This record gives sequence, C-alpha cells and structure tokens, in this order.
Amino acid sequence: MTYIAKPKFQHPGLPKNDLGFTHRDYEGKVSTLCAGCGHDSITASIIEACFELSIEPHRVAKISGIGCSSKTPDYFLGNSHGFNSVHGRMPSVLTGANLANRDLIYLGVSGDGDSASIGFGQFAHSIRRGVNMTYIVENNGVYGLTKGQFSATADRGSKSKKGLINSDSPIDLVAIALQLGASFVARSFSGDKTQLVPLIAAAIQHKGAAFIDVISPCVAFNNHAGSTKSFDYVREHNDAVNRLDVISGRDPITVDYAPGTVQLVEQHDGTRIALRKIDADYDPHDRVGAMSFLQKHAAKGQIVTGLLYVDPESDDLHSHLDTVEVPLNTLDAGDLCPGTAALEKINASLR
Amino acid sequence: MSVQSPISSVNDFVVRFANVNGSGSASANEMFARSILRHGVPVSPRNVFPSNIQGLPTWYEVRVTEDGHLGARGGVDMMVAMNPQTWDKDIAAIEPGGYLFYDSTKPMPASKFRADITVIGVPLTAITNSTYTDPRQRQLFKNIIYLGAMCALLDMDPKLVEQLIGEQYKGKEKLLSSNIHALHLGRDWALQNLKCPIGLRVKKADKVGDRIFIEGNSAAALGAVYGGATVCAWYPITPSSSVADAFTSHCKKLRHDPVTGKAKYAIVQGEDELASIGIVIGASWNGARAFTATSGPGISLMTEFIGLSYFAEIPAVIMNVQRAGPSTGMPTRTQQCDVIACAYASHGDTKHVLLFPEDPAEAFEFAAQAFDLAERLQTTIFLMLDLDIGMNHRLSRPLKWDDARQYDRGKVMTAEMLDEPGRDFGRYLDVDGDGIPYRTYPGTHPTKGSFFTRGTSRNRYAIYSEEGPVYADNMQRLVRKFETAQDMVPRPLQANAAKPTKYGVIYFGSTAPAMDEAIGILESRGHQLDRLRIRAFPFHSSVASFIADHDFVYVVEQNRDAQLRSLIVNENGIDPVRLIPILHYDGTPITARFIAGAIGDHQDQLKVTPLRKVKS
Repeated sequence: MTYIAKPKFQHPGLPKNDLGFTHRDYEGKVSTLCAGCGHDSITASIIEACFELSIEPHRVAKISGIGCSSKTPDYFLGNSHGFNSVHGRMPSVLTGANLANRDLIYLGVSGDGDSASIGFGQFAHSIRRGVNMTYIVENNGVYGLTKGQFSATADRGSKSKKGLINSDSPIDLVAIALQLGASFVARSFSGDKTQLVPLIAAAIQHKGAAFIDVISPCVAFNNHAGSTKSFDYVREHNDAVNRLDVISGRDPITVDYAPGTVQLVEQHDGTRIALRKIDADYDPHDRVGAMSFLQKHAAKGQIVTGLLYVDPESDDLHSHLDTVEVPLNTLDAGDLCPGTAALEKINASLR
Repeated sequence: MSVQSPISSVNDFVVRFANVNGSGSASANEMFARSILRHGVPVSPRNVFPSNIQGLPTWYEVRVTEDGHLGARGGVDMMVAMNPQTWDKDIAAIEPGGYLFYDSTKPMPASKFRADITVIGVPLTAITNSTYTDPRQRQLFKNIIYLGAMCALLDMDPKLVEQLIGEQYKGKEKLLSSNIHALHLGRDWALQNLKCPIGLRVKKADKVGDRIFIEGNSAAALGAVYGGATVCAWYPITPSSSVADAFTSHCKKLRHDPVTGKAKYAIVQGEDELASIGIVIGASWNGARAFTATSGPGISLMTEFIGLSYFAEIPAVIMNVQRAGPSTGMPTRTQQCDVIACAYASHGDTKHVLLFPEDPAEAFEFAAQAFDLAERLQTTIFLMLDLDIGMNHRLSRPLKWDDARQYDRGKVMTAEMLDEPGRDFGRYLDVDGDGIPYRTYPGTHPTKGSFFTRGTSRNRYAIYSEEGPVYADNMQRLVRKFETAQDMVPRPLQANAAKPTKYGVIYFGSTAPAMDEAIGILESRGHQLDRLRIRAFPFHSSVASFIADHDFVYVVEQNRDAQLRSLIVNENGIDPVRLIPILHYDGTPITARFIAGAIGDHQDQLKVTPLRKVKS
C-alpha cells in the first residue's frame, strides 16, 4: 500500500543526465516491502541504470507477474506504464506488448516463484523466442507474501525459517536460460550494486532476450543460518567471473585498465561493454563453456556471478517474424485493411 | 421385405461418402460438392471425422438442395461405401429405396446387402489396378474414378467437373490430364455397364447466384485481417486451428508491405493457451488489435486472464470454435456448449460479450466488429463459432466491406489530449456516464497519463485500494459498461409467422439454417411460430419483449443443459416455465427434422382436447 506520499522536492544540486533528468525522475512510489528487502536494492539499481543510460522514463514498459518482486515496478519509473499481470504470466504479457510496439524498452520483473514454478513454461518460451527484453528474476528462494514456503530455486538441503529441510533439487534459471538460447545471461546479487547496475544497463541495451538472475535475500523469511539465499551465505560464496562497465556510443575508451584484464564486447546497437576479468580464463562468448563452468562451481557450492554469456550478434523475435519497422500499434485501417477490391477477388475465388 | 420403389429426386437428396481417414478422398469428395454447385444447385457439405490422422473412418456428406436448405438433413439417400470397417453401419444408414455405391472387385455375400435399396457395384480396385501400377496413384485415382462414375449415375455434366479439375491443377498439366483421364475412366465404365442415370439426379438450375463457398474459420480469420488484427497468438486445438492457419495464409497474401516485403502482423504459436491469451492481453494493452482462436479446453485455461481483461479493462478478442465437451469430450463433433463458460468466464463477478454468427458471412462481419467492440468496451469479446460453421464449407452470401469504414479505436487519450488545460486523466474515471473510462497507450507522454495496470482493486486513478466503497464503485461502473454494450452488439433478428401466433422460438448460431427449414415443415403441419435469432450477449431489450409477447417460447440449442435459456432466465429475470428447451447434443449438427419433430410434438400435445376427468 502506497500510503506515504513521496515529497516532490528535488535538491537543485542533484546530478543530471544527458536528458537533464535526475535520479528522482526515475523513482516511483514508496516501497511497501519489508525494510532491508533485497528487492529494494534491485529497484535502486534499475533506477541507477536507467539514469545512467539517459533513458526517457516513459519509453519503458514495466511488466511483472505476482509476488513481492512483481510489486516492485510500482517503486521505480513512475512515469512509465506498468503492468502487474497474472502470476507466472509476465513473459507472455511482455511478449504481446513487445509485438505491439517494438520501439519501447521492455523490463520484465519476476520472482523465483513466478518464473521457476507457476511460470516456468512462460519463462522458458519467452527466452526461446528471443523476445527483446530485460528479464530480471529477483530470486530469494522463498515465497514471501505467503510467509516462507520454499520456492523451486531453493537449494537441496537448505533450511527454512520454520526449520524444514528442502529435499527437492533446485532449478537454476541461469543454466536453463543458457540452454534455451538466451543471448545475454547474467547473475548478480542485490547486495552488490556496483556489479548489478552495469549488468542491468548492458541488458537494457542488448537486442534480444537478456536474462539476469539476481539473488535477493528475503529478510523476513530467508536470511537465517542454514539458508543458501541469505546475505551472509551469498557474500561468502559469491564467485564473480567479471565486472563490467557499459560504454555508450562509440567514444574512445578513457577508463584506464591494466593490459590483458579487459575484454571489449560490442553490442548490436554499437554500445560497448568493457568486461574487467576476474577469472582470467572465463570467456563470456562461449555458451557451452559457461554452462560447464556454472555446473562445476555449483557443485562446489559457489554462486557464479557476472556476465556469464553474451552473443554480440543477437537478434530478436521481430527479426524472426520479419515485421515492419514501425510499431504495429501505429498502423491504421489504411495500412491494415485490404479493402473491397481485394475482397471482391477473394469472393470470386470462392465460387 | 416389402418391395420398395427406388427414391426418385432431382436436386434434393443426400449423398454420403464413407472413407478411411488419410486415403486422399477429401479432395475428390469436395470436388463432387463443388461440381454440383457449378450446376447452379446449392449444396451443404459436412465432414464427419474422428480425432485421428490416418486409418479411422471418416465421412463426407453432401446435401444437394435446390431449395437452399443448408442445415444437415439427416438420413442418407445414396451411400458411397468405400470403408469396409463401417460397412454394416453404413448400409443400415441408407433410407429405404436409397442407393448403395460400392467397390465390387471382390464378391460380397448377399447377406451384406439390403433388399430395399438399389445396389450399384463398380469394380473400382480392378479398374484402378489395371490402369495404374504406382500404389499411391492407385489410391488417389480410385477416388477420381468413383467421382467419374457418380457423374454418370447422377447425370452430372462432365464438362463442369473437368472445368473444376482444370482450375485446381492450373499450371500442373500432367496432374490435370491424368485426373481428367481418371474421371472419364469411371464415367465411361458406368455409362457402359450400369443403368444411368439413377433416380437421384442433378439438373442445372440457377439457385446459387453470387454466393461463395467458404469455411467459417477462414471467413473469421479474414474478418480479423479486415478488422485490423496485427497480433495473433494461438495454440493448436481442434476445431479452431484452421483459424490461425487461415489468418496466416490471408496475411501472407494481404498484409506484406509492398515495398519492403515486411509483415504488418505478428503470429506466435504459443506454448499453451495461457501464453496465447497473455500475448493477446499484452499486445492489446499496448494498443495493437490482437486475438486468439481456441476451443473449450483452451477457454478453461484462459479464464484467469479473461478475468484480468474484465477487471483491468484490457481489450481481447477470443474466437471460440466450440466442440462437444466437457473435458476432452468429442473433439471433432459440434456443440454450442460454451455459452455459460464464456459468458461468465473467470472467478469473481464477471460478464463478457458474446457474438453468435450464423454462417461464414456473419463470422467475417462479427470478427471484424469484435475488434471495434473490444477496443470500445475495453474488455474481452468472444466470437462464438462452432465446428459445424467453422470446419465445413458453407454456401454463404459474398463477403462485404465498406472502404469508408474506419476502425473504432475507443477511448484512447493521446499526448495532445493529456496536455489540454483542465484535462483530468483517471484510468478508471467514467467521464460521460457510459461506464467506459479513457486509457493511454504506454509511451504516450513523458510526464502524464502513465498508470499501473493491475488485477487488484484500485480507485478511479488506478491507485491500489481495498476500500469497500472504492471497490463497489468500480464494480458498479463495470455493470454500467455492460449495459452500454447492449446497444453496441449485433441486435437479434426477428421473423414473424405468416399468421399471428402465441408461440415463439429463440435460436442462435449454427442452428439457423436448420431452424429456417424447420419453420417451413412446422407450417405445413399447421404450427405457426415467430422466431428470434439472438446474435449477441448482453441481450438486447427486444429479447425480453419477444418473450413477453408470446405465451411461451422454445429455445433451440445444441447442448444438454439449455445454456442460452439459463442465461436468458438469469439475465432477464424470465419465468423459466415460459421458455421450453429444445436440445440437441449428440455431437452431430442439429437438423430441421429434429427441430420440427420436437417442436411439432409439443405443439400437437397442446392441441389435444383434454379428456374430461371421470370420477372413478
């Protein structure tokens, strides 16, 4: 419930981006989530990424399913249209919205219940189709709104707040996204904003299905000893393969990197990502290698984070369908209706 | 067995072809129907097929009807029995005095025939095998050979059949000449060896006019093209899959940019019906015209989204090609059994607009209109087809369009409107009393008009609220909106009996041709009935007044539970006693014989002078 009105006052000295917007212009309503919720950090990272990219806020469509995570689109980009749809069905609603208007930026926000259980099929098929979107799962391994049941991403052997041990195998959405052909796959941690913000920015600029799994501890139901999604556990087991900076446009790179530690990835729209390698052997262009790396580290109990895979030559559903360049929702009867002459011919062919 | 004289009839009989699914008979059978049309004689063909690809029995029935009765008639005057599996049942189905056409290559015991029918044996396999060596050719040309023999037996003009073959194989000369050869092979054999023609004959007439021969699913898909649909998401399910197939092929011909060749449409085969309707909802939310086509099981899966469409007020068009339920039911048989399921789809208090086309021409018109209604009313519109209309070729008036027609995009606030001084945008604000609020498309304005769409309760400005009065205010507005819909949807059509009568009949959808024919039969039995064909829900006020004007009204429908009747009773507060259900639900299309029988018997009982009670 957004009962607290947010003050509209802005400090005159707030930094502005290329469009003259401040951070405040990318905010939404006051969050109603629990104090300390990882999801609020992700919200802040989304705001930061959109600010840095100088996106016009109203050119973003925010779409979510149902759950704690799915409430968050109300808390950022207040001048964007948002759609809190049906549990597990964000991907199909987003796909339809994207088909209607290819010119907007589509931000899908989902949770682990939303994407790994009830909407597992929709998650998979939207990735398969290569819908041009940024698909963020705010993954806490638990059902928060219904008070702490395990979700399908909870690790086997992890302990619930009530003391139950999870005996089911976990679903690793990152591994599945890789297998399904996502052209941008990343994992991050809500507590690591310096890693998360550029990942979101790069995902937004990516053309195609960009998937980010963000481990986001639930302070109310999954932040205790024995949980593998707690702040402490994730900090201890986080194995980042790289850090990245997003460099918009084709400006020369001025950031000073030590030689051999940076890999430049040019994206479809000309923007470049500078990957600062942490694991020197990790190649984010190797899908099969990423899958294997992930499995090996998961077996050791490590949570691999960073930009795990990116296909710089990616395309999207619109290119597969070869749709017109203008948004379909701008076409009118003159564009769409074949008219009476064509109908007469059709009638004649049916006699 | 009594001596039965053979049926003698010109341009009024039923031929049924009994085949094995997958034997390639469909195109020969369809050619038979089309060639009769070319004689200027109306036909009404129906596929009767199993839920199977190859091997099971399939039937194709052609009603030849110079009078233009396009409903199923019932009974078979001539059986073309090509399927040994169903032989006994097929022979039993022939009307006394009817004809049996069969492959006489192998001798059959006399016990396999009936004495009261005319048996016509043609050694099809022998003729085929002596002419063709390739097994595939043997199979296909056997069908054309029996078509040729039928041509001779029914006195059809072979030139008209040749013409059709010519059109079908235009540009494929080899196929063309071999098909014509096969046709004459059969025809010549029949002329030389059989008494031709038989009592059933096709005679040239001029009763087809400019009518077209089209399946309802194809017509509905074309309506979606003309109505401006740009997004189609669907999941395969009989009997609706051919809607999406037809939309795809129509779009390929009609919807590509002439310069770039790019598509002015997007078609996605969803992973299930939930995704299909989700895509439709997302696209419609974002200002495109979108639809899905499905059948009963798909409707069941879609209901959560349908509730969202109702409550969050998002346009959607769902074409429901009904089949016999419940559950998997009879997937290849027809019914009108989803009336209640669609009218009240989803949890909570919901109501949805239903359109009931009677034939392909109306399927085309209503499909196009559905998109205007969906955007004007900002809710789901159901186009209620069924297998009988959808999957059979039906002789139908030509499709019509008015080039001056513009799409009604409904109440959409543009950036210019949002900037007007004093303009108050509330997504769920009823500014003019019709219950319909304004909406904005995403991305319209940098600072105005954005809102958060949700299935949870909210106030007039789309702000989350669980306050009782706020919720009730919104629910009441939705009732007002539904009342507004009543005057926008196609009105019922009334046709009065020749003489004033106290009795009426209400019917809808694919029942129409059988009903029209039944009225004539009933009149000849002395029963006068006024009739009202309902074409949409919510019901126009004329439905209640029609019922009020009559002592009682029959409600004819193709389901077990009298669903339309229940809806009328519930929505209009009608005393159920005044609505007499006439129900046909065995999965076959309703016939005039059935309707006239059921109503006639009821009417006859009314005319019986009651016996005086005798004290015992």
